[in-house]
Order: sequence, then C-alpha cells, then structure tokens
Amino acid sequence: MAPSTNTFETLELKNVGRSFGGHDALVDLNLTVRAGEFIALLGPSGCGKSTALNCLAGLLPLTHGEILIDGKRVDILPSEKRDFGMVFQNYALFPHLSVEKNIAFGLQMRNLPKAEITRRVADGLALVKLQEQAKKLPGQLSGGQQQRVAIARAVVLEPRLVLMDEPLSNLDAKLRLEMRTEIRRLHQSLGLTTIYVTHDQEEALSLADRLVVLREGRVQQIGTPEELHNNPTNWHVADFMGYRNIVDLTVDSVTGSLARVSGHGISIMATVAQTAAVGDTVRVAIRPSDLVVLAPGESPQGRETIEATVNVVEYQGREFAVEVTTTAGQNLFVHAYSALLPGSTVQLSVDPSRALVYRTSLDQVDDSRRQLAGVPA
Amino acid sequence: MTSATNTASRAHGSASLKHRLAERGIDTKLLLLVPAIVFALLLFVYPFAYGIGLTFQPLAATQDQWGGGFLSNYVAFFRDAFIFDSVWLTLKLALPAALFNVLVSIPIAFKLRNKFRGKRLLQTLLVLPITLGTVLTAQGLLIFAGRQGWLNRFLMENGIIDQPLALVNNYIGVMLSLIISGFPFAYLLISSYLSGIDPSLEAAAKTLGANWKQRFRRVTLPLLAPGLATTFILTFVLAFSVFPSARLVGDASGDTRVLALMAYRAFSEQLDYSMASTIAIMMGVVELIVIAFVFLGRSFLYKGSTGGKG
Ligand SMILES: Nc1ncnc2c1ncn2[C@@H]1O[C@H](COP(=O)(O)OP(=O)(O)OP(=O)(O)O)[C@@H](O)[C@H]1O
Ligand SMILES: [Mg+2]
Repeated sequence: MAPSTNTFETLELKNVGRSFGGHDALVDLNLTVRAGEFIALLGPSGCGKSTALNCLAGLLPLTHGEILIDGKRVDILPSEKRDFGMVFQNYALFPHLSVEKNIAFGLQMRNLPKAEITRRVADGLALVKLQEQAKKLPGQLSGGQQQRVAIARAVVLEPRLVLMDEPLSNLDAKLRLEMRTEIRRLHQSLGLTTIYVTHDQEEALSLADRLVVLREGRVQQIGTPEELHNNPTNWHVADFMGYRNIVDLTVDSVTGSLARVSGHGISIMATVAQTAAVGDTVRVAIRPSDLVVLAPGESPQGRETIEATVNVVEYQGREFAVEVTTTAGQNLFVHAYSALLPGSTVQLSVDPSRALVYRTSLDQVDDSRRQLAGVPA
Repeated sequence: MTSATNTASRAHGSASLKHRLAERGIDTKLLLLVPAIVFALLLFVYPFAYGIGLTFQPLAATQDQWGGGFLSNYVAFFRDAFIFDSVWLTLKLALPAALFNVLVSIPIAFKLRNKFRGKRLLQTLLVLPITLGTVLTAQGLLIFAGRQGWLNRFLMENGIIDQPLALVNNYIGVMLSLIISGFPFAYLLISSYLSGIDPSLEAAAKTLGANWKQRFRRVTLPLLAPGLATTFILTFVLAFSVFPSARLVGDASGDTRVLALMAYRAFSEQLDYSMASTIAIMMGVVELIVIAFVFLGRSFLYKGSTGGKG
C-alpha cells in the first residue's frame, strides 16, 4: 500500500478539555503532532485517555479548547467528516459483516469504484495477513485476528490520523508482543500519523516517537521515550516509568544537584529532579535494576550502602526479582543476577544519578507551566 | 497406531454412563423440569389434543349442509364464506396493526435511547397502556372517541366538523385499540433489542465516514432486524386473537368480524363446540403461516450476537 497521501503538516490540540457534569475528565491538553508521528497517550485507568481519543475522533464534543489541522478547526466537524481512522478498545467490528465487508465498509461509504474497493480490501487483508479469513464473520475469529481486522478497517482508508484505544489490552502476552511489532511495522510502512492509547509503559516506550503521560485528566509530561525513561518530571511519571521503589525520605543536605536523603534505614546521595531544601520530606524514586546488590566483600566505591534482609526471591529468566526489607522495615525491590537466600543480609548501593528526588506533591506541573508562560508563581 | 486408538476408544467406552450423559447435557438437574412438563401436559397438551379431536366430530347439521364426513367442519370453514371471510377480516386488522406498532416503535425507541430530562416520565406514559387491559382501553376509546365522546364534542362545538367522526364501533375503533395495547409491547421489546446493540458499532461506522442514514441502514437495521421480526410476530399474535375490542369498539357483524369472535359465537350461540374448536385450530394455523413467512424472511438476515450486552 502506498504511503498515505492526504496528510497534513501539523495537528494542534489547544487547551482541549472535557468535563462530565462537574467532573473534569480531561483538562488543558496542549499537544502539537507532526505528520507521520507516533504519539502514545499513557496513564493509569480513568486518567482520561479514552476521553482524549474520543474527543479527537469527534465521538465526544469538547467542552473546552479547540483542535486545529494546519490552522483549520476540525473540532466542529462531525466525526464522519474528519477522516480519522479509529481502532476501538473492543474492536467494534460489525458482527453481521464478513471480514472483507468490514474492511470495505469505509471505502463503500466513500463511494469509491467497485474495482478500487476490491483492490484496496485485498491490500488491506494482505497487510494484516488475513487473506484466509476474508469470508469469515468476526465472531469466528480469534482475538488477535479480530484486532488485525480492526486495524485493517481503519488503515485501508489511509486516514489523516489513526487513533488506537488500547488495541492490545485484550490479547495474551505473546500475541501482544507480536501485534506490537506489527503495529510498528505498519506505521513505518504506511507513515500514518498515529495516536495510540495505552496504560502499558513498555508498549508506549517501544512504539511511540513521543509520549504524553496523563494523570486525572492533566498532562504530567510530554517527551520522547528516552526523556521520560531517564528524566521523569515527577514521582507519578517516575512510578509509571518503572521506578518501582518510591520512598519518602528527608533531605539532610543539598550540594548542587545532589542531595543527601535519609530515613527508613536508608541514607544515600541522590539527584534532585525537582526543587528540594534541607529538612523537606521528599519522594525518592529508584528503579529495581539500579539498586545494585554488592557481592560479599565488594567495595561500594565510596558510596553509602543500604543494609537489607532478603524477603522474597522470584526467578525471572535472566535475573531475579528480589524484595528486601531495610533495617527500618522499608520494603525495596531489587534485581539480582544470582540467587539470593531469603533471610540473608545484603548490602545495596545506588548510583546517585539513578536515584531521583521529587517533591511529594504533584502540583508542580502547574508551577512549571506558569514559569514557562512567564507568569510568577 | 490402531491399538492406540482402540485403547483410547475403550477408555472412552468405559467412562461412566453418567459422565457421558452429562456431556450431552443430560443430568439429574433435568428432573427439575418434571413439574413443568406435567403442568404443560395437563394444561396445554391434553386440552389441545382434545380440541383437535373435537374438530373431527362435526354436528350432524354441519355434515348435512357441507358433507365431508368427519372433516365436515374444515369443509365448512373453507366453503362457508361467512366464516372464511373472517380470516381476511382478522388479517386486515392484525397485519397493519402489528406493522404499524413495529414501525412507529423504531424511531421512538431510537430517540429514547439517549438520556434526557423527563425520559422516565415519557417512557412510563408510553408503556402505561399495558396495565390498562383491553376492556379498559375500549371503554376509554368509547368515552373519548365515541359519537358523543369528548373529541367529537370538542370538534363540533368549535365548528371544525358538523357530523361526528365515526371513530368507534368500526374498523378504526378496533385498530386504535390494537395500537394502544400493542404499541407498548412493541416499544419495550424493540428498545431492549436496541440497547443490546453495542453503541461502539455506530461510533465505528461514524469514524469510517458513514452518515446517520448509512449507519442506520448498514449497521443498526441489520442487527435489529431479528428483533424486529420477533416483535412483529408477538404483536401480530396479540392482535390476531383480538376479541374484546372487536366486540366493544368494533362492528362485530361487519368489518371486525374476527375469527375469535366467530369461534365464540359458534361456541356460545350455536352451541357447536366442534366448529368453535375448528375455528380456534385454524386461527393457530393462519398464525403459524404468517410466522413461517416472517421467519423465512428472517433466515436471510444475520442472526448472531449483536456485540452488546443484550
Ligand atoms: N460518559 C461519561 N460520563 C461521566 N463520566 C465519564 C464518562 N466517560 C468517562 N468518564 C469519566 O472520565 C474519566 C476518564 O475516563 P476515560 O474513559 O477517559 O479513562 P481512561 O483513561 O480511558 O481509562 P481506561 O484505561 O480504564 O480505559 C473517568 O474518571 C470516568 O469516570
Ligand atoms: Mg479507556
């Protein structure tokens, strides 16, 4: 299939918001999408991801803001005039139509000539490797096949924008990985601008060019996978990005960007990711893989160590996921490359650049926006 | 290889009888059906069989007039224009009434699918006639639409008409009563079928560029069609056996001489039980024929799940 032709330069979301009654499901979403980009909307359940997608698709009217394509408003267009393809969370295949008729549906709505419809449906079927199932009804397909039909149905139209709402959430782990690659491959070969909703950070990191992390309808951070992975802006994003150890500690001293933080039997040097002053209670985030278990007798290279007792050891293929408890009773998650004995005592150390210090409150997003806009806080 | 299959089949063969029956859905829970079966036999099958038996024992008078031996009642049914015309009279009432109820329910059920203020109230008003019963409905019609009814008096006093409209004691009266009592059924059924259709299907059709007409014709209607067929059958059957309103607000010796009325007359006025039974049986046959046609049409339609909660 040829790359999509009817593209645009930029899609702009300006202060897009949606409330249900008094409840704000989505607040001030500002995002500029360039043609061909793959954007992932990421966040926990109920954070407003589907709301954002439905607003884009025109299935939910906006209560605030506007959506522009190359400067022209599209949020006033009805859904059927927007030329956005959507892959629904539950696929929403037409149960009474065969696979090929499902895929042909959008093409027929455009009154394309029969021959072209046949050709494009065949292309679409080939794209998702479902030629064999063309005559079947959706009810006779497996979950993964249905999902591929849903994707094919949306992309044969070569829409300006493809919206996907957790398309992989119903699949088993193996199929999910396969389909993830499939979606990435499709995106690369068709160059379709895509907005992809997921609550799985791994999926988002592996697929997207840029990620948008949402919490309670508000944007927490927008950035490339590397930016989010390495420099989450607050503890919530860090939590979402796999920083499984989130511990409330007290700041003892601050030197430049480093701070000494302690509490719960832990005393380490860490990097200040947000502002921190001596005496503050802060939230420190560390990935399990960054907490290094020192071999007996190994020197910690001048770093502080944390003494802890091994609780639970889980074998995870290449490594062991270990839960340990510090002398003060704080549970930590650690990755180890050798089997540790439950009950034994271990010494842990962490690279100060891999331990991030955040404020306990999450209001900072608003602060930083105010600073960006030049408004004094 | 052979021995392996042999052992396998022997293993299967030695599985307990109970187990094998259970695999086919036969187990002790089926015993729970016994009271229902006894009930059905006593209250339905036995009288039904008795009724059929009756139809083959025509009165001597019928045999003399129409011949045909033990089938004389059936010969009379088809030959006696007075009786047979009643089939058409009944169909002329029941088919349009059922069709109207179904067709009008569709847009109303559609509109009422969305949430809005006062939806409950409107729904209650629409469904209320179910609770009235045919006799009360008929009485209401007489009071409202009779020659001296409110409607005619209002229209005459305001000089809009000078002759009272003949809305009752004729075909129109029975039709009105069939609509009043049949519509709530049709509406309730159709709106529940409609709520069984996953709303995301329509959303999907929207994003694929279908306008509301295309969405209705290509998505909603095909998924709703089996439900419409069922609703049509149920309201048709209700309307076909119309009796009280045919008598109370109809023209019992003319336009609304329906089959139920004929059966009742044969039974109570002519004391011809066998003819009454014959008419009753033939009512069932006509209903079955109509139902068969509807199902025939339905078999061309999609019958599977509608992807929703229903
Ligand atoms: N139709 C509605 N009426 C009222 N509130 C709604 C409606 N739809 C969504 N909400 C609310 O808006 C918020 C965001 O919902 P949304 O469906 O966007 O979440 P989500 O991020 O897609 O979650 P999930 O990952 O579970 O799908 C939720 O708090 C939800 O309760
Ligand atoms: Mg959702």
